[in-house]
Amino acid sequence: MSDVLLQSLITGVTIGSAYALVGLGFAIIFNVSDVVNFAQGEFVMVGAMSAVSLLAVGVPFAVALFLALVIAVCIGLILEKFAIEPAKSATVVSTIIITIGASIFLRGLALLIWGKDFHSLPAFSGETPIHIGSATLTPQSMWVMGVTAVLVFLVHQFFNRTITGKALLACSANPIAASLIGIPVKRMMLFAYGLSALLGGAAGLLIAPIAFTSYDAGMMLGLKGFAAAILGGLGNPMGAVAGGVVLGVLESLGAGLISSGYKDAIAFIILLLVLFFKPQGFFGKAGEERV
Amino acid sequence: MKRYRGFFALASIITLAPILFPVNYFVTVVGVSIAINALIAVGLNLLMGYTGQISLGHAAFFGIGAYASGLLTTLLSWNPWLALLVGLLATWLVAELIARPILRLKGHYLAMATLGFGIIINILMVQPTHITGGPDGLSDIPVLNILGWDIDSDIRWYIVANGALLLGVWVALNLINSRIGLALRAVHGSEVGAQMMGVDIEKIKIKIFVVSALFAAFAGSLFAHQQGFISPDSFSFHFSIELVVMVVLGGMASKYGPIFGAAVLTMLPETLVVFEDYEVLILGAIMMGIMIFLPQGLWVGLSQKIKPLFIKKTISVEPAGG
Repeated sequence: MSDVLLQSLITGVTIGSAYALVGLGFAIIFNVSDVVNFAQGEFVMVGAMSAVSLLAVGVPFAVALFLALVIAVCIGLILEKFAIEPAKSATVVSTIIITIGASIFLRGLALLIWGKDFHSLPAFSGETPIHIGSATLTPQSMWVMGVTAVLVFLVHQFFNRTITGKALLACSANPIAASLIGIPVKRMMLFAYGLSALLGGAAGLLIAPIAFTSYDAGMMLGLKGFAAAILGGLGNPMGAVAGGVVLGVLESLGAGLISSGYKDAIAFIILLLVLFFKPQGFFGKAGEERV
Repeated sequence: MKRYRGFFALASIITLAPILFPVNYFVTVVGVSIAINALIAVGLNLLMGYTGQISLGHAAFFGIGAYASGLLTTLLSWNPWLALLVGLLATWLVAELIARPILRLKGHYLAMATLGFGIIINILMVQPTHITGGPDGLSDIPVLNILGWDIDSDIRWYIVANGALLLGVWVALNLINSRIGLALRAVHGSEVGAQMMGVDIEKIKIKIFVVSALFAAFAGSLFAHQQGFISPDSFSFHFSIELVVMVVLGGMASKYGPIFGAAVLTMLPETLVVFEDYEVLILGAIMMGIMIFLPQGLWVGLSQKIKPLFIKKTISVEPAGG
């Protein structure tokens, strides 16, 4: 029994790390622009699929990963420039539909380019697992957790220690005031989308060797990332990370103890319960409506 | 009677179409799908357009209606009408149950919660394979029979589906023009403001959520009998999105906009058959394009341009709508 628990914990933290990265991207964009970016999951898919294609045409592994990240970031920048920026005064419902439209558009594009086949990346460094009791820990899992930890640390430092990071926070606090003290708000928005696409792309590369990827793999990952961000309290980047890991662990415990078919249902039931009983998430501040 | 002018225009179009084009595929076959989708969109518009509450999970209610009809008539050989009734009751129960906690949420949280609900219901259709048939779905759903009249041809379905649509539109119109309708729009304008004026916003939001769910479930039952076969794919997150697009494309809080939206979105894949691979791409592009350039929706945007050509100097006191 404890082995099942341990194995679920390992799997959960691994997949939860991916959710955490996607959720972190959600939180960053939401902070700066008040937009929930439903196309976040597509960054994950674009990252993984681009890497697969680049490898297939003979690009060296490390270069392929790097280029895939560049492609994901470009998609993020294009999305902001051509879909979010023109619709500045849009309502919540409008921005939800725009970003869902963008995600469907990207999925359609991926379908044209890559077809419906499932793809996978080779593991970054070998397949020999480490045994802990009867549970196993693959090197790729360690890559996922390690790189996620590093990225989260860097983002945290970025927001707290650099001028650009603080400028970004200023934009989220009050865009007008930020522009008055000379922060280029538009460029900051662009930067936020780029950064969150980078995080999504990285998540895609990290888990592609574990989970298969296909043109429609982004949707569920995006939704889970959204769930992670909400669990942590929308707009709290580190809360989103915690939310992602918690979601991953609970989901894989549920899959191990109940049934793997209901894995996604478990994630969303947890989400609904949190929304019903603690709508501001675990680490969010309670908001109030202004008349 | 003036307020029903649009209704009679709609009824005339629906009646004339099959008379003028009796063998046209787009009228007798696609027309049935349009009517079914439009029925859901009209219900969803009450919630989204008039009350301002988004639902990204309405495909779930459509699915509950369809699966209730499908399961009860095939596994238990019930009478289709009894199954339909049970489907509506089940939907009522589920909607009433989740409406209270869900509608307390706003904006993105509401979107996420309804989306999550839709996905949970969809998984419940896929997973218990021995009951629901899993991803393959249910087949051999019997035909519907009205007073000894088997509804088994395209044109008969056209009549039934469009009759149901007109009934739905009639109910919606009366609701919009009633005191409840005014309260709904007040809630949309400002919840706090509506509350100050003595509107029980929680009760009214729940009521309209249930009504829009019932619209979807009723359409679901019809859909199950019309297709004779249902699978979870028809009730996925993707369909919930399409429903929202239908409402938005037509223009929210427009009385006939959602029907227009449903017609456009249902015909789209049929006309795009030549570009089959591009269908998804184009749907996404349309969603973005409309929201960025015509945020009021295609129908409202267009009808505001056309109306002045026909109506001279009447001062409209009706709130937004076409």
